[in-house]
Amino acid sequence: VIVLETLYVATPVLTAQAPILAIVIPLLGACAAAMAPSARTAWMISVAASLFGAWMALAVAGEAMREGVLVYVLGGFDPPMGIALRIDAMGALMGLLIGGVGTLAAVFSGHSLVAEVHAEKHTLFQAGFLLVQAGLVGLVFTGDAFNAFVFLEVSSIGTYALVAVGEKRDRRALPAAFNYLIMGTVGATFYVIGVGFLYAATGTLNMVDMAARLATLDQSMAVQAGFAFVIAGLGVKAAMFPLHGWLPGAYAGGPSLISVLLAATATKAAIYLMVRFMFEVFPQGTAFGEAFLTWVLAPLAAAGAIVCSVQAVFARELRRMIAFSSVAQVGFIFLGVSLANADGISASLFYMVAHGLMKATMFMALGALALSIGARRLDDFAGVAREAPWTAVAFAVGAASLVGTPLTMGFLAKWGLIEAAIASGQVWIAAVIAAGSVLTVIYVGRMIEAMFFRAPSPGAPRAKEAPIGVLAPLLVLAGLSIWFGLDASLPEQLSQAGAARLFEVRP
Amino acid sequence: MNMGELLIVLALGLPLFAAAVIYAVGRMPDVRETLTLVSCIGLAVVAISIFVRVGQGQPPELMVTQPVPGLSIAFRAEPLGALFAVMASVLWGVNSLFSIGYMRGRREANQTRFYMCFAIAMFGVMGIALAANLFTLFIFYEVLTFATYPLVTHAGTPAARRGGRIYLITLVGASVLLLLPGIIGVQAVAGSTSFVAGGLLAGRVDAVVGSVLLLLLVFGAAKAALMPLHGWLPAAMVAPAPVSALLHAVAVVKAGVFTVLKVSAYTFGPDLITSLPAATWILWVGAATIVIASLVAMTKDDLKARLAWSTVGQLAYITSAAMLPMASGLVAGGLHMVFHAVAKITLFMCAGAIYVATGASRVSEMGGLGRRMPWVFTAFLVASLGIVGLPPMAAMWSKLLLMTAAFAGGHWVFAAALVASSLLGLVYLLPIAFRALFPPLGEPAVREFVRPGGTPGASVIAVCATAAGCIVLFFLADGLANYLAPIRAVTIMEGAP
Repeated sequence: VIVLETLYVATPVLTAQAPILAIVIPLLGACAAAMAPSARTAWMISVAASLFGAWMALAVAGEAMREGVLVYVLGGFDPPMGIALRIDAMGALMGLLIGGVGTLAAVFSGHSLVAEVHAEKHTLFQAGFLLVQAGLVGLVFTGDAFNAFVFLEVSSIGTYALVAVGEKRDRRALPAAFNYLIMGTVGATFYVIGVGFLYAATGTLNMVDMAARLATLDQSMAVQAGFAFVIAGLGVKAAMFPLHGWLPGAYAGGPSLISVLLAATATKAAIYLMVRFMFEVFPQGTAFGEAFLTWVLAPLAAAGAIVCSVQAVFARELRRMIAFSSVAQVGFIFLGVSLANADGISASLFYMVAHGLMKATMFMALGALALSIGARRLDDFAGVAREAPWTAVAFAVGAASLVGTPLTMGFLAKWGLIEAAIASGQVWIAAVIAAGSVLTVIYVGRMIEAMFFRAPSPGAPRAKEAPIGVLAPLLVLAGLSIWFGLDASLPEQLSQAGAARLFEVRP
Repeated sequence: MNMGELLIVLALGLPLFAAAVIYAVGRMPDVRETLTLVSCIGLAVVAISIFVRVGQGQPPELMVTQPVPGLSIAFRAEPLGALFAVMASVLWGVNSLFSIGYMRGRREANQTRFYMCFAIAMFGVMGIALAANLFTLFIFYEVLTFATYPLVTHAGTPAARRGGRIYLITLVGASVLLLLPGIIGVQAVAGSTSFVAGGLLAGRVDAVVGSVLLLLLVFGAAKAALMPLHGWLPAAMVAPAPVSALLHAVAVVKAGVFTVLKVSAYTFGPDLITSLPAATWILWVGAATIVIASLVAMTKDDLKARLAWSTVGQLAYITSAAMLPMASGLVAGGLHMVFHAVAKITLFMCAGAIYVATGASRVSEMGGLGRRMPWVFTAFLVASLGIVGLPPMAAMWSKLLLMTAAFAGGHWVFAAALVASSLLGLVYLLPIAFRALFPPLGEPAVREFVRPGGTPGASVIAVCATAAGCIVLFFLADGLANYLAPIRAVTIMEGAP
């Protein structure tokens, strides 16, 4: 069993400031990277800032586990007037995921940008990459509803630009980025409208305050409309079926680096915020909330899990397959959320981490292959396991975790989700997850069959094993999926503690 | 690490190590095959040591890891598992001996992959046999599925790939859709999936939940090939004969029925399972499977297909036996698992030997062949009698016990199905050996050998050894039944009027 406190070494001064440093250092790094004289310097800044951010996230996680909840008041202005960062186990878990995957992705970017992005854009690209990280970490750390909007926009605007940069390799990145820009902006607008309604009703933007006041208010139309706007707006960001239209294009078109970061963290951060609103900000057990969970969230999640799995089965391009799979997996996560109890949320949080790691592994492996073959269609990947065995094995580990193979984290994640569904008496949810898993086996089977068992088509470009700078982060990611499959105490503790906090009796 | 832990580590580690070494020395066939045989012997010794220690009341245990609380990868030997491990490891040795003759005789490609997958499959089997809980069992159950897939598709032809796809989809589909939800259901109800003497779920579930879980677990173990999830077994007949021998006698199908037996004995327990309506339903399905499979077997001219359908029927014996735990059903099931394995592996190896020597794969081509291959067909005859269950073949005892259990439980229809199936067995198996050994006058010319020298010597030794096993086990049956007796977890209900 890992004890979190032993994992990091930070001086007391740093620990006290860790929540804000985790956000500000990547933000400052972004400015520095933009002004960097060369692509190489920008890359080094990016790695250093991401690593520092991850270290701070670790410090925050340790503190959050010890203290239960960590409140950091910005600028000395006390809430409700000032803005406070407020991190519990759930936020700490998300912060760790973002910091960890961000660091590995930053290391990976050294080689992959050269192949996929025009040279003159490298410094700006690294700046955008750090902005996205800063925004995502801010989103999961903040305790202020409007501040969350700001961070949401910081990360989103960075993302739109970074997806568009993928046009060097695939011209379709441009319409995909535009599509994402429009839908993302609509989503963010919905969110801010919802927050506006809530502000009008409660007179506060601080989430804790808001929750306390909403608990005493009657369920007015304004509050309900606010809830609906917030959920719909975040639903776009979280790629909740059927608001996921932007995702396959953005994941498939953007540079590999962005697919890695987005797939692992972006939708997860939005889901995290939704969970926060659904169970912490809004009072639990209202008729409106229950109706939403039973009649909107659960059916949509189930439909997404099945429909998008089928789309993944029939997709022809590999990255698009994985992207559809991501939407389907978001459906699984929401199914766990719709159980509306600590077991379900805990299982969903765990699933988010598992899914983040496995998808990051798969996209990074494809990025490693993209260094030597610019392939898109599944058929083009035939037989790459012979030329690039390490990359292919890492991909297979991610895929195995996706399927839910025992001894990977994905298995424990599915197990937890199904167990929570059965324990809550929602057997149909367990059945949907099982059915979705079978579809997953089919499309993952197609990928593995092509990579490992088919002979390369004659005349196709030959894949090469990626350089060590790419292999190292890739193998670390794949290793994490296995490590947490054998000893899941770290994510398990955090997700359980986080879920339990949502449901403890409040004064 | 004490002796028990060491034995379990060896039981799991040896086959895995063998797989790695086989891969490393793949270019040297002689070394590779010697190593295979050495590891077979080593594994058999380990398995027998475990078997003995269980008999002495010191079952080896090993706790590996606990990924999340309540869910652990752990091993603990018990009589049923020890017996399964011994059976599988000994028959792996015999089968490897046979394989060497067969694969060399046929000059098959990819032999290194073949031996390696066999070793990994044995790793899976040992894990299944020694698992201390359903979670661990499930992991190794899947290892076995994926390790045997390349064996089924060994030929690489489109037909082999199609058979392999049906194999994989049925087994993985059933285990993900039924077995895994069933196991998770057990965890949700009981907070654990451990195998507990007397039944983990006893007193924790009502008839409805218990029935649902039982159906999920029994049908989810699709390797047991209970209808309607039997289709993969005939489809997997595209595999080379040694693979069929291992899959359909030893490793895969027996892993399925072994899972059902374990679930019956340790997850539900005798008291609970007999009170569940689902157990009676499964008994009906089992009876139907037994009769239908025997009837279909009669219509098949392809020898391996006929044997596969016969297996479907015989497996349903064991699954049904697991539903009769109050009487001697569990013991009968455990014994039949072993006795059928020995007889069926003989039949499949004979089929392979005939195919290598003469190229004949259809029953109608085998008339009079007994004169060219007397040993092989004598073994075939002995094993046929072993399947039917006539004395002095071991399977007589298991069938007798099963029949007694069926009567004791008042399941007359099932008892009738047993009788019918034995008679049908006589009809579809015995004529093959008789026509070969004692061809009627006027039989068309007997087929010639296609391989100079006829049957490979290694293969002949293997079939004779297992055929002799059918007879030897007849005399050991009582000892084995006593060895298995503890799994019935005698309760206060036992012996009540």
